Amino acid sequence: MNFAQFTLQEQGVVILAALVLFASFSLLAQTRIIACIHAFAWQGALVAAATALVALVADQHHLYLSALMTLALKAMLIPWILHRIVMKLEITREVETVVNPALVLLAAAALVAFSYYVALPVEKLSTLATRNTIAISMAVVLLGMLMMVTRRQAITQVVGFMSMENGLFFAAVVSTHGMPMVVELGVAFDLLVATVIFGLFFFQIRQSIDSLDVDRLSRLAENTEGDEPVEERE
Amino acid sequence: MNALLITLLIPLLGTLLMAAVPRCRVAGWLNVLLAAATTAASIVLALEVLHTGPLLSPGRFFYIDAFNVYLLVLTAFVATTTAIFSRPYMDHELSLGRVNSRRMRLYHAMYQGFLFTMLLALSTNNLGILWVALEGATLATVLLVSLYRTPESVEAAWKYFILCGVGIAQALFGTVLLYFAAASVLTVPEDGLLWTTLHGIAGQLDPTVMSIAFVFLLVGYGTKVGLVPLHNWLPDAHSEGPTPMSAVLSGLLLNVALYAVVRVKMLVDGALYGVSNIPQLAGYLMMAFGLLSFLVAGLFLHRQRDIKRMFSYSSIEHMGLMTFAFGLGGPLATFAALLHMTLHSLVKSAIFVTVGHATHIAGTQAIDKIRGLIRTQPTVGWGLLLGTAAIAGFPPFGLFVSEFLLLIATMESWPWLTVALLSGLAIAFAGLFRNIHPMVYGSQPEGQQPVKANMLPVYLHLLLALWFGLAIPAVLAQWFDQATQLIAGKGVL
Repeated sequence: MNFAQFTLQEQGVVILAALVLFASFSLLAQTRIIACIHAFAWQGALVAAATALVALVADQHHLYLSALMTLALKAMLIPWILHRIVMKLEITREVETVVNPALVLLAAAALVAFSYYVALPVEKLSTLATRNTIAISMAVVLLGMLMMVTRRQAITQVVGFMSMENGLFFAAVVSTHGMPMVVELGVAFDLLVATVIFGLFFFQIRQSIDSLDVDRLSRLAENTEGDEPVEERE
Repeated sequence: MNALLITLLIPLLGTLLMAAVPRCRVAGWLNVLLAAATTAASIVLALEVLHTGPLLSPGRFFYIDAFNVYLLVLTAFVATTTAIFSRPYMDHELSLGRVNSRRMRLYHAMYQGFLFTMLLALSTNNLGILWVALEGATLATVLLVSLYRTPESVEAAWKYFILCGVGIAQALFGTVLLYFAAASVLTVPEDGLLWTTLHGIAGQLDPTVMSIAFVFLLVGYGTKVGLVPLHNWLPDAHSEGPTPMSAVLSGLLLNVALYAVVRVKMLVDGALYGVSNIPQLAGYLMMAFGLLSFLVAGLFLHRQRDIKRMFSYSSIEHMGLMTFAFGLGGPLATFAALLHMTLHSLVKSAIFVTVGHATHIAGTQAIDKIRGLIRTQPTVGWGLLLGTAAIAGFPPFGLFVSEFLLLIATMESWPWLTVALLSGLAIAFAGLFRNIHPMVYGSQPEGQQPVKANMLPVYLHLLLALWFGLAIPAVLAQWFDQATQLIAGKGVL
């Protein structure tokens, strides 16, 4: 692609897309929980800014509303809730050990390349100015998944989940100027409820295993050896 | 149209009402009543559709045709009978102290909420709303899985939440791609998620984008269907939650997720027809995933030691079979799949009801601790035995018919796959009976007492399954045939 052909606004959208992707990488690399939540908030703010810019470029007024909603929900409310939970659970200082961080980042880079490969036929079709952002949004979704796979703390897994949601929303904005409003509202509502339930869960998990390390949630794995009795329940 | 609104409004208002009713006993009855009212409204709706044909609401927000209307009735009906079972069952749990009255309130409110999201997912015309409703169904049930707050149930709920959340996020990406494909064709892009609009222009949609979208959608909704290798959450969530929840999850949620996949497949088939190298791409993918789930789950049946886990693997197995049948396409296979969907819901929820009573008798879910059910309480023992016979596909029951039809359809187009299907059925049969036999017949442990059991839902469901096996009522056959015509292009009758 030839960047010189892009208008100023389009270049802006592409730069913001790159920054969103960068935020995903920093989420992956960040091991401190609080810093992770902050990086997530930044990603939300960047997505909101990109949405506002697309609204300006494409002259789509309803996107301003989406941008505002994203800013309120993903850059402020959800990070704030997560922050409070971390404070309440007193794990602000906790540092997570990521197994083989270099390999994780390499895998992340490979995923980005893969996304570009998958998005190639889609891009050819697009009549929109912001074409390669589709590939980036797909990469953000996949990186969110990678984060959920590599992390062991319940909270960072949730951050990974939410960053996936960021990628999805970004995809909708850049490829189609946002979904119809009713769908967007529905998705936002689901996300909000999900955050509340996640919050409840942290306390339930903490209560039951005295930690938020989901590796210790392993009572239900399929047992192969037949001699170990199934736990009795009254 | 009014019937549809009433069908949806009752559970929606029920959710709010149940959250406000403090008395558990009242709430239990109210739950039955609300679900029964929903069923009545849905039957009125079904008759309306039967007489006047497909129904599109004025704002094009809802669309009811032969395919989803029968699922609506089925959903409401199974929810009602399960509510009948749930009332004494949850009372018993309350008296054991496994739940308190606050959690009972949550349970009843979410039961109605779950019913609402299911019905919304089935009746909406908007694929975006379909996604929102299915995600809503996860959210409504996730707190119910962890209702007992044991470490196991919290773990199961967490797994359920995370895996289904990730899965369904893929489906949203697929939906975005679908919208993208439609928006580049339509003059009014806002219509790009309406199923009726999409179905009309399916031939113009870009085949490449639609194929990519379908892969994402299949992975996403397939997670909820419980397709292997995305099935990990299912046995945990089904075995750790309260038994009425297992019944509705197995009987209803999986169906609705499969419904979503089939709807999307219809669009993708339309888009790929005549332009792509592999026009049946969607069908092939579904066949592969379905067959894999069917075989793997059948093998897993053999090593289960928890009775609810075992039957949830049996659900995976049957969902795999249905996915395979829908993927196979063609009128006969589609008809078989629709019939199988109905019967599996009825029989599986009946089994879970019986299993609920059996675990109360034995005081445990461990298979090797449950013994001598027929001696202790003949109704429960026979219920379990007959239910298992029905789910395994024994002749007088309806599942034999649907499996037989599917085998014929497979024989016609993919003869060598019948071998896989038949051996899968045999493996599953052996897996179920080697566990069921000692539970039903074995010598009863000392001091095992019968419990107060309400077997009405079981009788009702098994009788229906028997009736469908002997003679499918003409109205229903007509109905299935109409749905088959919608999905496969032509009917079998």
